[in-house]
Amino acid sequence: MKVLVPVKRVIDYNVKIRVKPDGSGVETQNVKMSMNPFDEISIEEAVRMKEAGVAEEVIAVSIGPQQAQETIRTALAMGADRGILVKTDANLEPLAVAKCLKALADKEQPQLIIVGKQAIDDDSNQTGQMTAALLGWAQATFASVVKVDGGNAQVTREVDGGLETITVTLPAVVTSDLRLNEPRYASLPNIMKAKKKPIDETSPADLGVDETPRLEVLTVAEPPKREGGAKVEDVAQLVDKLMNEAKVI
Amino acid sequence: MSVLVLAETDANGIVPQSRNAVTAALAIDSDVHMLVTGSDCSSHAEAASKIAGVSKVLKADDAAYSNGLAENVANLVKNVAASYSHVLVGATSFGKNVMPRASALLDVQQISEITDVIDADTFVRPIYAGNALATVKSSDAIKLITVRATAFDAAASEGGSASVEDVASAGDTGLSVFNGRELTKSERPELTQAGIIVSGGRGMGSGENFAILEELADKLGAAVGASRAAVDAGFVPNDYQVGQTGKVVAPELYIAVGISGAIQHLAGMKDSKVIVAINKDEEAPIFSVADYGLVGDLFKSVPELTSEIETRKSAS
Repeated sequence: MKVLVPVKRVIDYNVKIRVKPDGSGVETQNVKMSMNPFDEISIEEAVRMKEAGVAEEVIAVSIGPQQAQETIRTALAMGADRGILVKTDANLEPLAVAKCLKALADKEQPQLIIVGKQAIDDDSNQTGQMTAALLGWAQATFASVVKVDGGNAQVTREVDGGLETITVTLPAVVTSDLRLNEPRYASLPNIMKAKKKPIDETSPADLGVDETPRLEVLTVAEPPKREGGAKVEDVAQLVDKLMNEAKVI
Repeated sequence: MSVLVLAETDANGIVPQSRNAVTAALAIDSDVHMLVTGSDCSSHAEAASKIAGVSKVLKADDAAYSNGLAENVANLVKNVAASYSHVLVGATSFGKNVMPRASALLDVQQISEITDVIDADTFVRPIYAGNALATVKSSDAIKLITVRATAFDAAASEGGSASVEDVASAGDTGLSVFNGRELTKSERPELTQAGIIVSGGRGMGSGENFAILEELADKLGAAVGASRAAVDAGFVPNDYQVGQTGKVVAPELYIAVGISGAIQHLAGMKDSKVIVAINKDEEAPIFSVADYGLVGDLFKSVPELTSEIETRKSAS
């Protein structure tokens, strides 16, 4: 079984976001970029499937500028076998990303696509579900356990009230949640090996995907700032403030 | 054209987040319909018909919808959506699962987790864990939207008298099968609906230690939540998690105990009306958003807080 894993290059989760003064977006120049944390979890899951003999090949795909190749290299260093860069300088929306992934899936015929449940930049939480829809495949979102068994996968999902278990027919799209696994750190020998692994290059146009956005971003603004920072001396003062000043208890 | 709200149901009826979505829908257009799906869902449809502001209820009654499987519900939404300008759903695990699938079937770029309606085409949504707010204008013919419940009041559950109309089922795709659900049992209020939340982080040290938070919560009639660190450490189940990728809450009072205040946690609670932080590290970022910060040992402060509240309440 082949497993396809999309990986997104995003601003590192530790970086404090700065909104551009002209309201056109957030500052991305000279900012540390990393793989979306949920995509690391997806790669880890796919590599573990390979190590367990469930998957034969893990393909990492990134859609973005030339530098997205670095994100693919990270995936290769974690254990993916080869990469595909869908090169574009446009900021593709989830629908266009899903169309690229569909085109690649038609070509590569994976049995499983593991997608991070959301990217921590646009927080859309759409790509996996959309890809499944376009392919006409089953979807198992917010996964915390995935067990592949023949032509099916049994997936435990993190839902609002607790956990839910479903069985999906393969091929399917799984979206990974935080508790699916703990991604490994790539070892130095594996980082060196990753440099020799192949990365193919294509583009949205080659895949027949229209890049035109459907959403026009009018402005990006800072949220209202919260005035915090006040301290209380002790528990008695805290209760007093909550009862008499804030009047919330 | 009218606006459609996809309702979500559970054992207690229509979930409150569906009524928050009705309020968002009414900000777009005055003619709001609601789609109710399920197996033997007449009572849910009747409940929907009473929600203030809903003028028509569409009922799709089929076993295929009994567990909210995305493949089946999305096909139905696709069939029904053509008569509407917008389709909205609460941004719950159900809404987030179904709506993007329906959007792709309709070739629409969904707008996720809106917090404000500017006009029929223009919406505000948080990005980067709420550290920036994007105002976006959609050029799609139909807009599919998930609604962040904390940003809109819930429409009243009584007061409406909508008609109920059956719609044809889109059938069962057979792509996925529901096996079961393990819901966390609790007598306490649900996190997203609670007026007061007591949350614990890594500083709690263990799941057993959450008992002191539960005592405080019970004194206040509060829900118990947690940071990602506490959930990842296995102290409490996943559905306790408050944050960017967990639940977004905005109670009257949020008490953060032993939580350092990582960006992704703040994203889930910083719209709370009053925030209290209890942490032994006075440099913890949580204090920068707290209205009342208490620097100290939580294992001493929390039981003290519980008994102090008890004393004051019995005195008043």
